[in-house]
Amino acid sequence: MIALLLRDLKLAFRAGGGFGLGLAFFLIVTVLVPFSVGPQSSLLATIAPGVLWLGALLACLLSLDRLLALDWEDGSLDLLATAPLPLEAVVTIKALAHWITTGLPLVLAAPVLGVLLNLPLPGFSWLVISLLTGTPALSVIGTFGAALTVGLKRGGLLLSLLVLPLNVPTLIFGAEVARRGAVGMETSTPLLLLAGITAATVALLPFASAAVLRVNLR
Amino acid sequence: MSFATKANALWEYANPKKFLTTSERVQPYIWSAAILCLVVGLIWGFFLTPDDYRQGSTVKIIYLHVPSALMAINVWLMMLVTSLVWLVRRHHVSALAARAAAPIGVVMTMIALATGAIWGQPMWGTWWAWDPRLTSFLILFLFYLGYIALWEAIDNPDTAADLTSVLCLVGSVFAILSRYAVNFWNQGLHQGASIMRAAAVTGADTEEKVSNVFFYPLLLCIIGFVLLFVALLLYRTGTEIRARRIRALLARERVGA
Repeated sequence: MIALLLRDLKLAFRAGGGFGLGLAFFLIVTVLVPFSVGPQSSLLATIAPGVLWLGALLACLLSLDRLLALDWEDGSLDLLATAPLPLEAVVTIKALAHWITTGLPLVLAAPVLGVLLNLPLPGFSWLVISLLTGTPALSVIGTFGAALTVGLKRGGLLLSLLVLPLNVPTLIFGAEVARRGAVGMETSTPLLLLAGITAATVALLPFASAAVLRVNLR
Repeated sequence: MSFATKANALWEYANPKKFLTTSERVQPYIWSAAILCLVVGLIWGFFLTPDDYRQGSTVKIIYLHVPSALMAINVWLMMLVTSLVWLVRRHHVSALAARAAAPIGVVMTMIALATGAIWGQPMWGTWWAWDPRLTSFLILFLFYLGYIALWEAIDNPDTAADLTSVLCLVGSVFAILSRYAVNFWNQGLHQGASIMRAAAVTGADTEEKVSNVFFYPLLLCIIGFVLLFVALLLYRTGTEIRARRIRALLARERVGA
């Protein structure tokens, strides 16, 4: 398992395109927001938590189509499926690798981008906490979508269509934690719900991902 | 007849041929019953009920809005059940029925959203509000689109049936989750359930209940929509079965030649 994780991480770092791309996309989306809504700092401060969450969600989506498709093309997915490791573990590791290469950098970059959007001071810690809690769910849900569309020639667009509606609850609760934190409100209720979604998706969704992957490898 | 044999009788329709002959036999009756219910219900509702004392004649859109909204949810439930049947028992008719139902569900969702907007403009003063109910319907619409797109994208029919079935299961969980998340996210403008509310049925709460004058034609319209769905579903499933047969025949011909 560790070997697979290290292999995926190495591939993401060295093969180019995968690792920095999500981060750059997140940066660009954040920079484009003031151009579209105007530079008033009070307005930016109001929408900052939501915009940063949405940007992170979209950035997570960006690298999903290569998550399993590359291994599918060169046949290593077939080898992984016949390996002694259960396929559920394989997809969990894949999701973990995606989170480490995409989710975690987004979490670390979010406060910097928060400065650009004039995020209120108490919002920074809550933004990081909510992203840290919520992005694993985004990776796991995304892996499910990637497993569904892995055999398709033009899976990229379809993947977004399938994954985005599934991300709605995570986005709602995650952005709510960040928003409430930014205006100094109580955040424990949405934070607990967000953590619940993450825990449930991490625990259950790999089974669904492995099931659809088996169908696709048939 | 014992329950076991009854249950067996239902599984007989997993045979496409048996399904086709029976569905073709009952279809004319269901079509005529659906049309009858809808014509009577809509004419009764539109022309023979009094205007609401506050909402005027706009209230009459309820005869399209409520039945289509009910069907939008129930079609998804039906797809969930048939998807489960496909995953567990591998009956092709079941998977094809789920496929045939999805576009009907999309149309029902669109009707519910459109009639709601048309009613909301004069009543709430806006075409659209990010109300939990409206929002959940929009999300349901997106789920339908994703489901249909996945069906269309995959060439192998068995793979497509498997993948869409799993998507339907996972999607159902997430749809319910989104419903509650959206509730949490924004307080509503939409009224609560006022047709089948328990207090209203027992008569304790006469203020909130839809009055009987409106209720009977509405009930007829709901029955009409259900029958219309069943008729469309049987028709479309029959088409799907035939389309697959043609594919099989063409494939056989190609191998023979």
